[in-house]
Amino acid sequence: MSILSSQYETVIGLEVHAELSTKTKIFCGCKNEFGLPQNTACCPVCTGMPGALPVLNRSVVEYAAKMGLATHCSVASASQMARKNYFYPDLPKAYQISQFDHPICRDGYVEILGEDGEKKKIRLRQIHIEEDAGKLVHDAHPTDTLADYNRCGVPLIEIVSQPDLRSSEEARRFLEQIRLTLLYLGISDCKMQEGSLRCDVNVSVRKKGSDRLGTRCEMKNINSFSAAVHAIDYEANRQIELIEAGEEIHQETRRFDDQKGISTVLRTKEEAEDYRYFPEPDLLTIAISADDLAQWQASLPELPGEKFDRYIHQLGISSADARQITESLSRVEFFDRCVMLSPENAKQAANWILGDIAKYLNETHQEITQTKLTPESLIELIEIIRSGKISGTSGKTVLSEILTSGKSPERIIQEKGLSQISDTALLQSIAQKVVEANPSSVEDYRKGKGSVLGFFVGQCMKETKGQGNPALLKEILSEILSGM
Amino acid sequence: MELFEHSASELLEMLRAGTCSSEEITRSIFRRISELEPSLNAYISLSEESALETARQVDRNRAIQIDESPLAGIPIAIKDNICTKGIKTTCASRMLQNFIPPYHATVMERITNAELPVIGKLNMDEFAMGSSTETSFFAQTRNPHDLNRVPGGSSGGAAAAIASGEAIFALGSDTGGSIRQPAAYCGIVGLKPTYGTVSRYGLIAFASSLDQIGPMARTVSDCALLYQLICGKDPRDATSLSSNFHWNLPSLPSVKNLRIGIPSQFFGDGVEKEVCAAVLRGAEYYQSQGAELTEVSLPSVHHALSAYYIISSAEASSNLSRYDGVKYGYRADNPADLQDLYCRSRSEGFGQEVQRRIILGTFALSSGYYEAYYRRAQALRRKLRQEFDEAFQRCDMLLTPTAPDVAFPLGERRNDPLKMYAGDICTIPASMAGLPALSIPCGYSTEGLPIGMQLIGPTFSERLLLETAYFYEQTSGLKEIRPVFRSCGGKEGTK
Repeated sequence: MSILSSQYETVIGLEVHAELSTKTKIFCGCKNEFGLPQNTACCPVCTGMPGALPVLNRSVVEYAAKMGLATHCSVASASQMARKNYFYPDLPKAYQISQFDHPICRDGYVEILGEDGEKKKIRLRQIHIEEDAGKLVHDAHPTDTLADYNRCGVPLIEIVSQPDLRSSEEARRFLEQIRLTLLYLGISDCKMQEGSLRCDVNVSVRKKGSDRLGTRCEMKNINSFSAAVHAIDYEANRQIELIEAGEEIHQETRRFDDQKGISTVLRTKEEAEDYRYFPEPDLLTIAISADDLAQWQASLPELPGEKFDRYIHQLGISSADARQITESLSRVEFFDRCVMLSPENAKQAANWILGDIAKYLNETHQEITQTKLTPESLIELIEIIRSGKISGTSGKTVLSEILTSGKSPERIIQEKGLSQISDTALLQSIAQKVVEANPSSVEDYRKGKGSVLGFFVGQCMKETKGQGNPALLKEILSEILSGM
Repeated sequence: MELFEHSASELLEMLRAGTCSSEEITRSIFRRISELEPSLNAYISLSEESALETARQVDRNRAIQIDESPLAGIPIAIKDNICTKGIKTTCASRMLQNFIPPYHATVMERITNAELPVIGKLNMDEFAMGSSTETSFFAQTRNPHDLNRVPGGSSGGAAAAIASGEAIFALGSDTGGSIRQPAAYCGIVGLKPTYGTVSRYGLIAFASSLDQIGPMARTVSDCALLYQLICGKDPRDATSLSSNFHWNLPSLPSVKNLRIGIPSQFFGDGVEKEVCAAVLRGAEYYQSQGAELTEVSLPSVHHALSAYYIISSAEASSNLSRYDGVKYGYRADNPADLQDLYCRSRSEGFGQEVQRRIILGTFALSSGYYEAYYRRAQALRRKLRQEFDEAFQRCDMLLTPTAPDVAFPLGERRNDPLKMYAGDICTIPASMAGLPALSIPCGYSTEGLPIGMQLIGPTFSERLLLETAYFYEQTSGLKEIRPVFRSCGGKEGTK
């Protein structure tokens, strides 16, 4: 398989659906909130009662336009809602109000780090606004399927990429970039387990070097990044096997079962629905003035890509660290605050955040904002260590105390008696003792094995319960050893 | 004279003078209904108790001199496609036979706040699709001028009730002529306002880009007063517009130098000679009173009918998809599966005409046909609007027949949909262009059936149209010979 697949190239296009976190739904005043009791957040409009009419929530327009601006799209001064007609019990009007040939945003791109480490532009065909459908509940009643209409009318944007992705890993990075952009803009909570971010995946394969696209298959409603990766890999392999067996690929929609790791045919091209799109007569053209657009542009926060570049070029942070920090909104906010407080300690702050703090958060399944640690106290801690008052080792103890108690570093140092020993005479006597107790190591040192110095420092630290000033100890030890 | 015979304006005077009460007016109407309804079938449902309750409340308020809205206490009837909270709203369809809306249409909130007793819900063509009220799932409404003839449609129940004294005035809806044509057939006044000036929120949609609620009454003033109550921007209807309409006529308006356009396309083949003659006599009357008549041309009118049936059916096919047996409305028994539930609920719940339009509209929107039908129909619509704009450079309003004929015998066109559709030829152009248009009686056929004259104006010209119609009503002398209550089951004599 691997030899075979190396002759092929996978071509992937994604359609990402993101629920927008507006206060109210897209066409009515109902609350846009997840997890409310069934059928309590709905009204005549979102349940498609006879005679009810939609009125477009302007925040949805703003959010969608901001996503367009953040992904270098051109935002239309006039766009149009359209009806997508199909029957399904979770769609009470039997049409979804969406956009068709006049979407709000067109022709943008998202930059991802390609697998070769180079930046790669993934073009976006369009971003459009639409409403979500309800949910069918199959297991609440012994024989019947029940409908919960709370999700009807939750605003969505659909972000449609061009077929520019070439591997499941690129697709994962693209999805991650979209997720981060949505999070940074504050327009979606991107909770995949609540279905607020889902995607459809289009996959085709072709022989490397070919510039013709193969026949594609679509997999709908994939709701995790890992499922997207699995679905793409599975589908690419399936298609390669078919081609190698001399068979044809049929254009079809497939359902990917992430549990079983396989996909099955949902409907073929012949069975594809005709959605009979036409302009929504109940809504006016969506007009966006140059003023609106300028205002939204000005209000855009620093975006993931921009932050990444700034961290590397201005703060001298490694690209791996910059990527890790920018991946989490809470982390990035914490870090940016640290940098604001003390730009010269940016690298130190990054080390702490990605090291001990990340470890603690992982173990306790917390976000940094849920702990008692503040950027102020972290910077204070870094400054104290830098001044030599405590060692880095003690710093770790102080940090873990701050995370849980929120006490100031100074107070913890006092309470625990952690102040670093910088008394040269005291350290000299300890060093002398350690050297005398380890004659064989002294011999090694004499033979030129410089690394033994580290061993001596470690032993001295042990003697001082971690409070000895390591830099000073190193100096003293070198002196003693070279004098021997 | 019985109370039900008076106009709303007269009744308001009487209420103010204390010579009658709202309860007495309401009771008078219900007496009339119980007398005529067996032969007329204008109503689908009646709400006597709540109407009387509202009437008594108005009378109590009046007694203690609480300020009231201008139309408080005047009973009104409502076409059964306008949602009334807690009162069955059927659209004259088996599909919604038992549907009780949980909310009021915006116009119903206005009516309720203004304390108009609501008499009941009026019969109509199913989902407002038809021109004769024959497609109603319920009983056949008859024309009070001749019980063997249709009242017109789709607001046929409203027109019959008003013409016969079963209602003072009513709210109808007009998509391609559904207010104006029955008004013409029953000899009353009906106004289709500028698209957008009356909120559609709560009007059960037929064709969203054409539907418009409007007033129907026996007099122009009553129409105007009702329009004043219901017009205005509604935040719940994105297509609604603010309109600045007030009806307060200090004196008889003048028609001197009014430029009236006569579009030749409305007087050609297919329009009955008697109708042409009566309408032209109306035009000449205006001329005799100082108006100028100008011939204008609207060439696209010839294609308007086809374009209308494409657009209205396309929108209807989508609007009526929600009736799927899942949430409300008719649901087929023991469906085998989801597909069967959809198919049978819709086949059994909708009548033939509604199904015909759903199929027509679905076809027109289908991939491969959209460009040829829907898009071309929209292009024609834009062209027609342009031609109207050009015509209004040369005149202040247009005068045409409302319908090409008079009320036709029951059943005559039931199996000939094309002939039925052709009857909308005069009303459809204003609908397609979103323009205000009204129908007033301008004469009678040799058989004594009413003939309607249509005035079409530029957007927001309701006041000018109503003033012009009012002038005709007050001065032409036709008012006296209007046989409003003639030949109702033979029991009633001419008043």
